[in-house]
Amino acid sequence: MTADLRFDPIRLPPHCEALREDVRAFIAQEIEAGTFDPGQAVHGDAASREFSRRVGQKGWIGMTWPKKYGGHERSHLERYVVTEEFRVANAPTRLHFVADRQSGPTILKYGSEAVKQSILPRICRGEVCFAIGMSEPGSGSDLFAAKTKATKTNGGWLINGTKIWTSNAHHADYIIGLFRTSPPTKENRRHGLTQFVVDMKAPGITINPIYQLTGLHDFNEVVFQNVFVPDDHVLGAVDEAWKQATSELAYERSGPERFLETIYVLIGLIRAAGEVPDLRVAEGLGRLTAQLHTLRRMSVSVAGMLQAGREPVVEGSIVKDLGTIWEQALPNRVRELAAFLEPEATNRGDFEEQLAFATKIAPKLTIQGGTTEVLRGIIARGLGLR
Amino acid sequence: MNENENIVAETAARILADLADPQTINRAKDEAWAAPLWRALAEAGLTLAWVPEKLGGGGAGMAEGFDALRVAGRFAVPVPLAETMLAGWLLARAGIPSPNGPMTVAPARPKERIALQSDGTLSGRARGVPFGRGAEHFAVLAESDAGASVALVKADAVRIAEGRNLADEPSNTLMFERARPLALAPAPAGLDPTTLLLMGAAVRSTQTAGALEAVLAMSVRYANERVAFERPIAKFQAVQHNLARLAGETAAAVAAAGSAADAIANAQAFDEGVRLEAISAKIRCAEAAQEGAAIAHQVHGAIGFTKEHVLHRFTLRMLAWRDDFGHESHWAVALGHLVAARGADAFWPLIASR
Repeated sequence: MTADLRFDPIRLPPHCEALREDVRAFIAQEIEAGTFDPGQAVHGDAASREFSRRVGQKGWIGMTWPKKYGGHERSHLERYVVTEEFRVANAPTRLHFVADRQSGPTILKYGSEAVKQSILPRICRGEVCFAIGMSEPGSGSDLFAAKTKATKTNGGWLINGTKIWTSNAHHADYIIGLFRTSPPTKENRRHGLTQFVVDMKAPGITINPIYQLTGLHDFNEVVFQNVFVPDDHVLGAVDEAWKQATSELAYERSGPERFLETIYVLIGLIRAAGEVPDLRVAEGLGRLTAQLHTLRRMSVSVAGMLQAGREPVVEGSIVKDLGTIWEQALPNRVRELAAFLEPEATNRGDFEEQLAFATKIAPKLTIQGGTTEVLRGIIARGLGLR
Repeated sequence: MNENENIVAETAARILADLADPQTINRAKDEAWAAPLWRALAEAGLTLAWVPEKLGGGGAGMAEGFDALRVAGRFAVPVPLAETMLAGWLLARAGIPSPNGPMTVAPARPKERIALQSDGTLSGRARGVPFGRGAEHFAVLAESDAGASVALVKADAVRIAEGRNLADEPSNTLMFERARPLALAPAPAGLDPTTLLLMGAAVRSTQTAGALEAVLAMSVRYANERVAFERPIAKFQAVQHNLARLAGETAAAVAAAGSAADAIANAQAFDEGVRLEAISAKIRCAEAAQEGAAIAHQVHGAIGFTKEHVLHRFTLRMLAWRDDFGHESHWAVALGHLVAARGADAFWPLIASR
């Protein structure tokens, strides 16, 4: 009689807590050395490459992957701990995080042996950055409307077209793209798309920066003109990418990065509020804490399900839906509560700057990596409504 | 939680399906269903699930008891099962055997105090005691200069004011005027009125999670059946997205309540971590009740607003439970103060400690 939503209470095993201490010590050391400032949500990219290599040396990239590809065969719960500690500390993980979270697992599952052997160990060492080529100027959430073509040629494929909103393309060594290899069929409009891993240094790729409303440069337009991709760089079955897409979603959508993106404003508020806040501030802080705690317990629970070998697609979508809406609303909730504090408590450069930055990035949180509308469609399907 | 692994929850589900079908109870002209239901629950050891066998109870574990309460939430059980379990738990903590029959606990709201007088009697007032009318005994956490004590009090030793909650269930003010307990024992270390409220909060959160599961299932089924504009309303994206939100609220309640129950079942004491869990669950489940009830009613339209439809049996109880054992605003202030006192640098370590 009940819809089967499983969120079992997962208790992190003791070895996860030992790992957490290691990660915190590493972060403290990096901050001490001046690699990054945890009070800053954005970092320059200069130090990030070296940081990623050091994270790789610690064994904290590709943690769950097989050892023969450079991985460490550790649990999803251990990976969870590393991810959340880096996120809360605002550590500069952007160059390796996409590869760790989704590109690597996709290659592991669908890549040729040659690609697995050549690329995965380098991801684990923190040497390569990945971008994701899904959206196009004429197709965003509607992935299956992609038009960028891959045409068969001798020994491989030629790619022509444009991807857009591609984060980190300007740093990326590889992009995993969704390209059209056949027209859709009448019966299945999702048919005809194929995933490829493309070397960003291949001739014919142009990267045009797109500046965001924050003034920062994160995403790009990527133009492909007769870009050659060898046959063994196809991921999975030709024309059948649609069958592969969904299993990745649980990994991609349920992690701590889906509710911790603006957490620094809440921590800033606690700092500004002092040890004995007034009633209104205490009440607001308490609710936000309860909501955050619940989101994290849900997210840990999904990590536990992944560890158990399940594919909690609906649960993962729920975590991202609730989590991104929460982290998006957080800057304004904090702003409302900060209005009750003494001016000298909040009139501090770093707090105001952080709040302004979080307010500016808030709109993207419910768009990137699957919009709220798409997520609710997936949840509705899981409920048996469509 | 997986009920298949839990005989206690399984037993509860079987009894409730037989004797507490919400539809049947909703249509009943009288309360003839109540006695057989209570008898079956009591005989199966569920009403005293949290009381060890040597004190006259069912001797189930904490986790199994919570699982049974989630099942009870799915049926919107209209008898004081949760209250009796809670009372039995409180008495057992002080080594007092539980009597038969329905019980409840006092105080059930923050900032209320029942005083243990030097002559061994109890004085004070407890408002909003769920099933204060209907309980045969009260398990009372009383305070004196010497600390907290647990008392078992017969209902007729206490003055009971009439009162009903949103779901029309008894919710009473109890007036203890030199009431003499049947049994009295010092509370174990660490058991104070806040502990009792936290335990009550976890119980209400668990029931709310179960009720939301039922409400979600009911709403999905209705949306698939009800045709409007020539198709099932489930086919409309606006309705789908409302139901997706209801699923999200249900999931949040299930996760928060499940986590709190697990924390209580596995903790040595009601330490800071357990407080975070129980308080968070009460706040988040109350919010989910509010959001979830509103969505479920919107999906059901006018039929869900009728006495005849069972939806109100769940939604009104969920909404009423928000007020028991500490309103979410009360707990939010408490949690906010806890977080502020620890300071900004200790915030994340607290969250990540679970």
